[in-house]
Order: sequence, then C-alpha cells, then structure tokens
Amino acid sequence: MSDLVQQLSRSATADRVQARLKQRYAAERRFRAYGVVAIGLALLFLVTLLTSIIGKGSSAFFQNEIQLNITFEPAVIDSEGLRDPAAIAGADYQALIRTALGSLFPEDTDRASRRELIHLISQGAELELRKMVMNDPALIGTTRPVWLPVAAPVDQLLKGHMSRNTELGGQFNARELARIDHLTGQGLLAAKFNKWLFTQGDSRQPELAGLWGAVVGSFYSLLVTLALSFPLGVAAAVYLEEFAVKNRWTDIIEVNINNLAAVPSIVFGLLGLEIFLNVFGLPRSAPLVGGLALTLVSLPTIIIAARVALKAVPPWIREAALGLGASRLQMVTHHVLPLAMPGILTGTIIGMARAVGESAPLLMIGMVAFVVNIPATPLDPSTALPVQIYLWAASPERAFVERTSAAILVLLCFLAVMNATAIFLRKRYERRW
Amino acid sequence: MDPGAERTQSNGHTKVAARDVNVYYGEKHALKTVDLDIRINEVTALIGPSGCGKSTFLRCINRMNDLIDGAKVTGSIVLDRQDIYDRNLDVVQLRARVGMVFQKPNPFPKSIFDNVAYGPRIHGLANTAGEIEEIVVTSLKRAGLFEEVKDRLEEPGTGLSGGQQQRLCIARAIAVSPEVILMDEPCSALDPIATAKVEELIDELRENFTIVIVTHSMQQAARVSQRTAFFHLGELIEVGDTESIFTNPSHKLTQGYITGRFG
Repeated sequence: MSDLVQQLSRSATADRVQARLKQRYAAERRFRAYGVVAIGLALLFLVTLLTSIIGKGSSAFFQNEIQLNITFEPAVIDSEGLRDPAAIAGADYQALIRTALGSLFPEDTDRASRRELIHLISQGAELELRKMVMNDPALIGTTRPVWLPVAAPVDQLLKGHMSRNTELGGQFNARELARIDHLTGQGLLAAKFNKWLFTQGDSRQPELAGLWGAVVGSFYSLLVTLALSFPLGVAAAVYLEEFAVKNRWTDIIEVNINNLAAVPSIVFGLLGLEIFLNVFGLPRSAPLVGGLALTLVSLPTIIIAARVALKAVPPWIREAALGLGASRLQMVTHHVLPLAMPGILTGTIIGMARAVGESAPLLMIGMVAFVVNIPATPLDPSTALPVQIYLWAASPERAFVERTSAAILVLLCFLAVMNATAIFLRKRYERRW
Repeated sequence: MDPGAERTQSNGHTKVAARDVNVYYGEKHALKTVDLDIRINEVTALIGPSGCGKSTFLRCINRMNDLIDGAKVTGSIVLDRQDIYDRNLDVVQLRARVGMVFQKPNPFPKSIFDNVAYGPRIHGLANTAGEIEEIVVTSLKRAGLFEEVKDRLEEPGTGLSGGQQQRLCIARAIAVSPEVILMDEPCSALDPIATAKVEELIDELRENFTIVIVTHSMQQAARVSQRTAFFHLGELIEVGDTESIFTNPSHKLTQGYITGRFG
C-alpha cells in the first residue's frame, strides 16, 4: 500500500515539474534577451559617441596651407644689413606676404581687394616667416616657395564645414570664392598635417591653437599626483592591512576611506583651493597645485585597490615567512608586496586615468585660464586636457568645434593607453592561487 | 598525570616544558591547563579528534598564535630554561630556533634555491654566496630532495609535486638549523607514497632535531613517534611512550579514540 502511494506521488512530482518546465525555459530565454538588449544598447551608444567625435574631430588633425613664393627682401627685413636679431625680429613680414599675394593676383590692386587677400592668410604666417629667418639669416635675399597656414574661415570652407552661400552662414563674397577656387585649381592650397595642434599652446586664432600646453600641463599634474599618491596610498594600505590592529578605530578609518572615494571631485577642488592656495600660498593655475588636488581625488581609489591586492595574497605566504623567523616588515617587503604589486599597479593606473580626466578640481584652483605659453616647470600657469576641452567647447568660432572633438580624441587615446597598460600588467603578472 | 613523575621516568632531556598552558580565542577556551614535556631528539606526536587543541598547542611553541586576533595564552612554555612567553624574548629569534612545517605545502613563489636560502639570508647565517650554496645543498640533501632537484634549482618551487614541495618546506625549515621542528599535519595533503617518504625523513631528522608532529592518522603517530600525547576537547588526556599508548592506554577516552570509536 505504502509503495503504491509513493509511486503515485512520484509521478505527480514529475508531472508538476513537466508543467513548470516550459515556464522556466521561457524565463531563462527572457533573461538572456534582456542581457543581449542591454549590451546592444551599450555598444550602440559607444559607436554613436565615437562616430560623432571622430566625424567632427578628425578634420582638425589637418590644416590647409597655401604655397606662396616669398622673396626675403633685404630692404624689408634687414635694411641696414647688420643681421641684428632685434631688427630681424621686429621686421614687417606681412609686407613679404602682401607682395607674394600681389604677384599671384596682379589685377587686384584696390584697397578692398588687398584687404580681402591678406585675410586669406593666417596671422600665424608672419610668425612662421619670422621664425624661418631667425633660424637661418642666410635666407635673406633669396626667393623660395613656402607653405603657410590659411586663415580659419578659409580652412573651414575648404573642409566643407562652411557654406559657400552667404545666406547660409558663408563669410566669403563671390570674388573671394573665385580667388580661393583659382588657388585650389593651381594646386597652391593643400591640407597638411596640423603641426600647430601638437606643438602650440592655446590661441585666439583657431588655426594656431594647440593642445601641447594642455598636454604638458596634464603631464606635470599627473607626475605630481603619481609621485604623491602611489607611495602614500601603498604605505597606508600596507599599514592598514599588515600592521594595524583590527579595532573600532581601523573600522572607522576604513569606512571613511570608502566614503572619500565617493566624494565628488569638485569638493576636493574646493579643499585644494582653501589649503594649497589660501593657506600655503602656492601659485594659482600651476600644475603642481593641480597635481596636489588630483592626489586627493585618486588617493582613496589607490588605497582601496592596494588593500584588495594585499588581501588577495594568501595567508599561508605570510605564515611561511613568519614561521622562518622573518620580521613583519621583511614578510611584507620580501613576499607580500611583490606578490601584490601587479594588482597595486593596476589600481594605481586606473586611479591615474581617473585623475587625467578630472576637470572640476582643476577649475577650482584656477587651471582654467587662457594660457598661451607651454609650461616649462610645474610652477608655471597651465591648463590640462579636460579643461582645454571645456575652454574650446565654449568658444564661438566654428573652427574650435572640430578642435574640441580632436582634443577629446587625444584625451580618449591617453585613457585607452593607460587602461591597456593596466590590463597588460594584470594579464602578464597576475597569479592565481 | 603528574608531570614530575613523568619526567623521572624519561631517560632523555626535556627540550620544551609546557606548564599550565591555557589558550583563549576570544570567548572560546581552546586549550585547558596543559602540562606537557617534549624530549630532546625524539618525535612527539599530538593526536586527537578535530578541534581538540592539538594544533593550538603546537602553534604555542613558536608563538604563531600571536598572529591570530583575540588569541590569548597564559601559563609558561620553557625552551631550554627560557620562557618563550617572556616579555623580553624576541619572537623572531624564537622562530629561528623553532621551525615550522605547515599542513599545506607552502613554498614561496620563488626558485627552489631561493626558498631554501631565504631563512639563512634573513638571519645572516652565511656571509658569502658559497656559504649560502653550501647550506642550501646540505639542507636539500638532508630533506632527501637534492637528487630530484639538483639540475633545476633555479626553477620555481611551486612547480614541484606536492610531496616534493613538502620536503622543500622541510629543507627550508632545517636550513636555519632550528633546535625544534613543529609539523602541523605535514602529510594530510600528500598521497601515500609521498607520505612514506616524508615519514622516513622525519625519522632521520630525529637524530639532530626535536620534532613535534600533529597528525590525524594514528598509524602515522605509531610509525614515526616515540611519544604520543592525546588531546580531547582542549585537554591533555594522556601522554606516554607511543607503544604503551597504543597497546595499553590508561584512559578510556584514549582507548575509545585509538580503537576508532570516535574521532
């Protein structure tokens, strides 16, 4: 009798399982579909972001230049023939350009035409010529073809960012357009690699504005951040993990470090403004102070990552070392720290990547100024890459739109390189126990 | 058992004398009033069911219990007339005199050579590279591992088999020339052949070292030890010559354990 009951109940169980089976599989299929949709959306956003930035920014890596036959007239550059550097530096190089342009368009002799002609050329062209002559005074008296940057509106027109129709925002009248077409037809206008973008500081002239000042500023800031936050972070993590007694105080410290990691970075900027600038009187806008503020931002991240890496070292390594009579410091420096180092470095690089993309704390300490010069030391005024993006994005000129995107691309490249390094370190030196 | 009476029976010297040892892990009273003498150049086996305190006692002898948060040890453990729980005793020095081999083979993720050389290096036992090499070779030979690894001393110690790793750990421990070697279930992670080799080694090492071994295997205790101590629920129930413990236990708990009625 009892056997029969058991048999009956068993088949009833099977039936119930059967009945629910379809539902269970359906739930699983739904769950997978959600996952695929989520990843698909994320990829879609990524692709949209990259296409938009690359589409807008890639043209900024090129700059249209014009080939002019420049005669380095001794009467204009060095009328007394003394080769005096001060005289050469102060010469009227625009006159040389005017002459060269005049010979290209001999019929345009009226004042309006001449003004239109000179507006085709960037103001940076004079600086280029001066630099050439300063570097090589033997050029004086010779005539040679020189590639010089065109003005930003011409550049934008040639890149197709500006309409030829004045009613649609075009800046050129029919005569000017005819001249530009004439030059293009003669092969005297060509897009060349935009060297200004990677060698110059900021400028009011978009065609002369460069990222290099911001790159150097970011580099100095990051150097200061790394030099401070790596040793401080590792020392704090080692002390907390390996030496400190676990009690209420260390618990409080741990909670607070975790809280600090979540504090908005602008708060650290205000702290930096108050302490480093107002109390210590350090120079405003300097990468040194930027680095100090960024240290505050990245320190909690590094401490947390280093603690996780130290925790991942198995306890039997410590027992083995201590059992042989190693002191705690020997145990840490000989065994635990080397084994945790790949994880610590990965965490540090990720902390640095966060710091290089931070702009809010830098705004607070004044690294948002218009700085033309490339900073020579960490104490010189400077901007940083994310702040430069912010500054350019706020500029009205059409040519700054493409440069903003180009700057974002450069920043993204830095981040990609840093993250790739972190992944490489992790894959290369990671240990599994 | 009266320790005084126990001592008069023995013909060997006492190397380690534990008196009135109590260990607390926080609220838990893990070891209760243990008196035990470890004789020189003998193998003393500590046996008993899981959680009986035998490993706890072992780890008192080189103060590895210091590492556990909330652990408290009272009483005295005397190593050659020196109380190792004395405030002035340096724990680093103690661990150079009392070596330890752990349950799981735990070579450093370094070369075989560096594993063995580590102890002598940190204690400054050798001044030249030649001396270090001599110590490494001697230790590996005494651990019976030299022939197997002599061509690959620069390869990582973690690449050896489990039994070889455990013998490497023994070589690493004896390279410091300790007086006492503590072994915490050294064969529990090894296969029978590797176990046999390690047991053979323990027997050879007895000539030069005093050995205390914790084991779950009563056969192993019977094979390698001269004296056996039986622990139960944190108390030392019985200690005596291994032969008499296994053939004629005086306590019925001991008898129950060695005949397999519990444990």
